[in-house]
Amino acid sequence: MAALRQIAFYGKGGIGKSTTSQNTLAALAEMGQKILIVGCDPKADSTRLILHQKAQDTILSLAAEAGSVEDLELEDVMKVGFNDIRCVESGGPEPGVGCAGRGVITSINFLEENGAYEGVDYVSYDVLGDVVCGGFAMPIRENKAQEIYIVMSGEMMAMYAANNISKGILKYANSGGVRLGGLVCNERQTDKEYELAESLAGKLGTKLIYFVPRDNIVQHAELRRMTCIEFAPESKQAEHYRNLATKIHANVGNGTIPTPITMDELEDLLMEHGIMKAVDESEIGKKASELGLTAVA
Amino acid sequence: MPQNADNVLDHFNLFRQPEYKEMFENKKKNFENPIADAELERVREWTKTEEYREKNFAREALTVNPAKACQPLGAVFAAVGFESTIPFVHGSQGCVAYYRSHFSRHFKEPTSCVSSSMTEDAAVFGGLNNMIDGLANTYNMYKPKMIAVSTTCMAEVIGDDLNAFIKTSKEKGSVPQEFDVPFAHTPAFVGSHITGYDNVMKGVIEHFWDGKAGTAPKLERVPNEKINFLGGFDGYTVGNLREVKRIFNSMGVEYTILGDNSDVWDTPTDGEFRMYDGGTTLEEAANAIHAKATISMQQYCTEKTLPVIAAHGQETVALNHPIGVKGTDEFLMAISRISGKPVSAELTKERGRLVDAMADSAAHIHGKKFAIYGDPDLCLGLTSFLLELGAEPTTILSTNGGKAWQEKTEKLLASSPFGKNCHVYAGKDLWHMRSLLFTDPVDFLIGNTYGKYLERDTGTPLIRIGFPIFDRHHYHRYPVWGYQGGMNVLVWILDKIFDEIDRNTNVVAKSDYSFDIIR
Repeated sequence: MAALRQIAFYGKGGIGKSTTSQNTLAALAEMGQKILIVGCDPKADSTRLILHQKAQDTILSLAAEAGSVEDLELEDVMKVGFNDIRCVESGGPEPGVGCAGRGVITSINFLEENGAYEGVDYVSYDVLGDVVCGGFAMPIRENKAQEIYIVMSGEMMAMYAANNISKGILKYANSGGVRLGGLVCNERQTDKEYELAESLAGKLGTKLIYFVPRDNIVQHAELRRMTCIEFAPESKQAEHYRNLATKIHANVGNGTIPTPITMDELEDLLMEHGIMKAVDESEIGKKASELGLTAVA
Repeated sequence: MPQNADNVLDHFNLFRQPEYKEMFENKKKNFENPIADAELERVREWTKTEEYREKNFAREALTVNPAKACQPLGAVFAAVGFESTIPFVHGSQGCVAYYRSHFSRHFKEPTSCVSSSMTEDAAVFGGLNNMIDGLANTYNMYKPKMIAVSTTCMAEVIGDDLNAFIKTSKEKGSVPQEFDVPFAHTPAFVGSHITGYDNVMKGVIEHFWDGKAGTAPKLERVPNEKINFLGGFDGYTVGNLREVKRIFNSMGVEYTILGDNSDVWDTPTDGEFRMYDGGTTLEEAANAIHAKATISMQQYCTEKTLPVIAAHGQETVALNHPIGVKGTDEFLMAISRISGKPVSAELTKERGRLVDAMADSAAHIHGKKFAIYGDPDLCLGLTSFLLELGAEPTTILSTNGGKAWQEKTEKLLASSPFGKNCHVYAGKDLWHMRSLLFTDPVDFLIGNTYGKYLERDTGTPLIRIGFPIFDRHHYHRYPVWGYQGGMNVLVWILDKIFDEIDRNTNVVAKSDYSFDIIR
């Protein structure tokens, strides 16, 4: 058996991380890889498309019930879904209380100590939003994920998040082995999206590993709680995910240490591509009415 | 005023003077919202009933007096066992003050340990700067040979990554690149002090054996004839480790004690302050990889460490805090089997003496009922000894014992006729024990200093064995391991039995028909 490959998907909330990762991993499973998905999101929806349902038994909810995580057995929390993909959700607190970051640490420690990683080729962490605290950086600590894939789009805030995540990776890259595997652009059909994604990848010292075009079939599959790979295996979209899976599979060892940029540089990037017009410094902070502009609908 | 400079009253007597009595009375009346004595008495009696016990055991959301401490305490215990090593606890200062005072109250010796002194800003921005400055200060001020880093709740909740932090600190020059800084994550809210011991011991071993965090090549094991010894978290470490050394020497077996803290908690008063004393040398810790086997005296203190050692190709043996004849037999026979050397004549003679002493006193111990609480391995060791003494270990409770421990203890009870009708309670606390002492009364209670509250409440005489012992001095200097150690435990139990017989027979012309000189 080849060495265990650990990867992680990060990206701005709502960007399609879980959809992209589950489709890609379903495609990897088709290629014969044994996969474990570790959902690191309190919403626990990182494995919904593989399991055809939202995971009910998250590690932390069961631990809270049992009194402590030491009282859990691996079988209680590990579910097997499409193509024998093993799924675990860390779960976490309700919005507004507790500490979800600690939950991620607890869950990953539990999985490692209980041998969840034995007999799989891939472990994939699906992490919510930004790297907001130490807990959400757990998957990028040493001896965890070797490559991080950032899911983004051509929207400014998605690119901003991608840049922030790169900063998180950089923090751990020098002392550990974590690398940025590449950007995955999930098409939003914004202006010059492909070019923007390409040049952001360039600035970050990585590459755009795949550009996933927008296709409504993803939505249809998702409503049926399935990946495209399962729902419409012959579809063009399924083929795209297969291509992405092949690229990630071949990308072993090709990760880089990211070179995050400043907010100004990011804005410059948008201007370069003509998405944003250069603005006179004197106009910053002034209302449209003050500038004599008519309101733009 | 009852107090004056010519006749200073100790507080024992001072607070019994009328002025103070009146003051306490008023305090109770005016500030303590008192309830009627009859009601107090009614509730007190009710807490002794089966009904209350049932409610007590149905308790879900509350722990009262757990018989365990937190991981970092065990981390510090393990770390001071290495030569000139200072434990460095990544977290806030108060935590470290607790570990230091806790050990000092037990061993009556200072315990050196530093903190990274995290405050509010570190909780928000992460404790990297505290690590950088803390390591530099520790290295420069206390001149250690090794700094062993562990964590507290705070650092763990915010997810500080020790591996990355220590590497960064070294890059920033806090300590030289090749300086040994093993580490272990020891969240206080997970497990107990025995888990912390385990994590640090594993961290130190992995550090020395697996390439010192990438700064040196991994060690290749070249098997030799030595035996490694792990004591586990042990309140008798000073006496026990010295006894264990004597045993190895007596059999002519070469050994390495991993985490030898027997000297640092027993420094002599001879005019020289020793911040560090004794300890396993760093070279010994590294060379321990070559040993033939590792013996752990406490299975539940080494659940993570032993598999790491086994993965490097050594045989591992896990015992359960052996006390008494059978336990010591197993320990010595394991040494003998591994080393190929016979148990020495000296030790064989000691065995005979212990058996003889047990026989001499059997009449007094036979059939006596005991309740025991403590760490899981200690409970197993004491249970085994009581069974061979013909005593009944009626109630066995371990707050940090789990399901596996409970099953193992029940199996041990089933192996002896004296174990019938004895019960094992995993994960329960001392308030549960209080109920059990009322509903299933025993003759004696064995536990640590905190048992004195149970002794007062329930009238069950306490035999102090365990950790911590704060209110009696110097017991940590006596071994409880080996045949000699078994002798000590036997004597402590007998002392209490005879004290009780004397107490029950000393009323003149009423019960003194049995107030005998000879027992």
